[in-house]
Amino acid sequence: MEMIVFYAAAVLAVISAGVAVAHRNPVVNVLSLIVTFFCVAVTFALLGASFLAGAQILVYAGAILVLFLFVVMLLNAPTVEGDANERPVQRVGGVLLPLALLAGAAAVLLAVTLAPAAAPVEGTPHALGRLLVGPQLFAFELVSVLLLAALVGAMILVKRKS
Amino acid sequence: MTVPLTHYLALASVLFAVGAAGVLLRRNGISILLGVEIMLNAVNVALVAFARQHGNLDGQVLVFFVMAVAAAEVAVGLALLVAIFRRHQSIDVDRLNVMRW
Repeated sequence: MEMIVFYAAAVLAVISAGVAVAHRNPVVNVLSLIVTFFCVAVTFALLGASFLAGAQILVYAGAILVLFLFVVMLLNAPTVEGDANERPVQRVGGVLLPLALLAGAAAVLLAVTLAPAAAPVEGTPHALGRLLVGPQLFAFELVSVLLLAALVGAMILVKRKS
Repeated sequence: MTVPLTHYLALASVLFAVGAAGVLLRRNGISILLGVEIMLNAVNVALVAFARQHGNLDGQVLVFFVMAVAAAEVAVGLALLVAIFRRHQSIDVDRLNVMRW
């Protein structure tokens, strides 16, 4: 059962990610990416990361993609004429580099033998919260400063000069 | 029957390659940002899979921070795109050659 759910989610995630980067219409790209993010949330749930599965849907599908959709609508669904990149170097590199990445990952994954998995730990909100306000407290506070800086920066960037 | 770790890592690699191809091949600024998001998600899948393999939650905490940084990145990136669109009436990144030598 777990296998069927995983493979269905994985295939759907890869297909919708392909549509998200390949389709010419930005609205289709963004909506297709929502499917990818939901499938990634499913794999998180299968891996026992229940909090992250929820956060994935709330943060990515809920906040980030709504922001994307808002900007696409604000800019009146901008398409770029002849969107594929013209520079030959970038065209060839854009195909070869991802293929090289895939080949490298495949070589490693086929060659390596993994140690048996440790006893699984559930990523419940309780367990993650204990880590976040315990050992990771400094990083947690830094992230709040980073989000504030991004908020102020975004507001300054889009402000019209009067 | 649980899914082996390598299958999760294979999914993460394929998603990362798709995102990288999108970043390199597209000229539409919004599509490039979407490619970056796909790459970040692929890394998150790998991190959560490794966290389960090692039986602790450090990987999942890292994913939490990646999500926060991704949210900040999208906010600033989209604000930049809006500012660029106001100036050039286009979000074709190849037309942004003002600072080119």
